[in-house]
Amino acid sequence: MSLLMAQGIKISYGGIHAVRGIDFEVAKGELVCLIGANGAGKSSTLKGLLGLVSHSGDLRFNGERLTGLATHAIVARGLALVPEGRGIFGRLTVAENLDMGAYLRRDRDGIKADRTRAYELFPRLAERNKQLAGTLSGGEQQMLAIARALMGRPSLLLLDEPSMGLAPLMVRKIYETIARIAQEGVTLLVVEQNAHLALQISQRAYVMESGVIRLSGPSHALARDPQIRAAYLGD
Amino acid sequence: MDIFTQQLVNGLVLGSIYALVALGYTMVYGILELINFAHGEVTMIGAMVALSVIGVLAGVAPDLPGVLVVLGGILVAIPACMLLAFGIEKIAYRPLRKAPRLAPLITAIGVSIILQNLAMLIWGRQYVSFPEILPTTKFEFLGAHISLLQIAIVVLALTIMAGLWLLVEKTRLGRAMRATAQSREVAELMGVNVDRVISATFIIGAAIAVIAGVMVSAYYGLAHYYMGFMLGLKAFSAAVLGGIGNIAGAMLGGLLLGVIEALGAGYIGDITGGFLGSHYQDVFAFFVLIGVLVFRPSGLLGERVANRA
Ligand SMILES: Nc1ncnc2c1ncn2[C@@H]1O[C@H](COP(=O)(O)OP(=O)(O)OP(=O)(O)O)[C@@H](O)[C@H]1O
Ligand SMILES: [Mg+2]
Repeated sequence: MSLLMAQGIKISYGGIHAVRGIDFEVAKGELVCLIGANGAGKSSTLKGLLGLVSHSGDLRFNGERLTGLATHAIVARGLALVPEGRGIFGRLTVAENLDMGAYLRRDRDGIKADRTRAYELFPRLAERNKQLAGTLSGGEQQMLAIARALMGRPSLLLLDEPSMGLAPLMVRKIYETIARIAQEGVTLLVVEQNAHLALQISQRAYVMESGVIRLSGPSHALARDPQIRAAYLGD
Repeated sequence: MDIFTQQLVNGLVLGSIYALVALGYTMVYGILELINFAHGEVTMIGAMVALSVIGVLAGVAPDLPGVLVVLGGILVAIPACMLLAFGIEKIAYRPLRKAPRLAPLITAIGVSIILQNLAMLIWGRQYVSFPEILPTTKFEFLGAHISLLQIAIVVLALTIMAGLWLLVEKTRLGRAMRATAQSREVAELMGVNVDRVISATFIIGAAIAVIAGVMVSAYYGLAHYYMGFMLGLKAFSAAVLGGIGNIAGAMLGGLLLGVIEALGAGYIGDITGGFLGSHYQDVFAFFVLIGVLVFRPSGLLGERVANRA
């Protein structure tokens, strides 16, 4: 059974239909990506999963319906989203941001161990743990946002354009880390404009266009698809 | 007697009361960007409820020490006003969370008018006097008279401020409050039940306001259904002076405003050659408010708005 199962998901903002009935699923242990051009409806889809915008359709996580639940209740069920633009708390320190990631947890020892692990994963954060997060560079903020989401030990981690606005070297670093997180058993759904990168690291992919899913399949196959190559890989 | 020291002392006492009320304005503004004009009225209701209980207690148990009687009044008024503030937020403000900002602001003014009228119906238009049950011991200090009550007010106020600071900086709830103030959406993504955090903010502000309301009525010896208006306006000015949304700012702004006002009242006669008397002390709060709005709208400790994540 899939960890996440979405059927006929629709999202609209007033008269604007951003997502027009899409089906997708993510199985436990997978790294799936969702690619598409600007305005395709990718962020809306992720926001819908977390209950930040309302949707219609059937959305199941571990078999349980998510529709109608408040965001904090969905997070409590094991979903985490690193939003577009990272959403770090600029006036909280790096350490406090990580603590916020573990907000719903009560196991002090486990939290402590995970904090140590987060600093191992991102040594730059360790050096800056007492610094206000607003003073971090864009790349460091992205690291913090991912580390913070991991602090909640989500069973499914959603990343919205983790490479946005970052220099190539930092993009590589972030993606190496994402691959590592996936290897350690975290299930991931990654939204990305950079189709090249996304198809390289993921096992499966969905291609979204104007609110619908145009194509889907194994990433290596999609990477060779002439349509994809023309539209997203710049061939 | 030294006027300067005396007015400084009086100013610190009033200022600590302003600071306590200002905290309620600033905490709510920090989280919702809403000026909760009803907060002054919550303070007034707190004083009124406490005074009623104090009156009853002093009547049925005349041998009970005055401090305990007052404590009894406070202990009844705090939960009453917590409930009131919880209800105001839930019924009047929450449905307007996504409305344009003017809507909750006008609602807040409406709530404050309702509370004022309600208080007038319950307690009447007359002053309710504070029974003379507290010790009136006075000390001489550097040429100023300081009463035990004044010392108690300042010490209690500072303790409450320290406690609130600890709550906000060191506890899980406090961290959630600060996170919610920066981004409600991201706080929800961390699993924070933002509605609850907002309720908690209103409730904490109300509890502190009750204590301030009792302090001010004990200090002046009376309470009145209209007292929340001026007290609220001054506390709001204090919050703006310190930088609205900033907790340390509200504390500083309150103390500063109290001192400015007291010194102004002490010297206004000299300055204007006797033309204006000390009953004009209220104008200073508004000079300060206008001055801040003109010269430093972000207040003394206010953060640059652009700094919001
Ligand atoms: N809050 C909103 N109100 C109105 N329309 C919105 C809102 N958010 C998104 N939209 C619209 O919905 C459509 C999909 O937007 P969305 O942000 O989901 O796209 P996206 O695929 O994430 O794009 P990008 O790659 O640029 O981030 C767009 O046409 C956008 O204008
Ligand atoms: Mg997007």
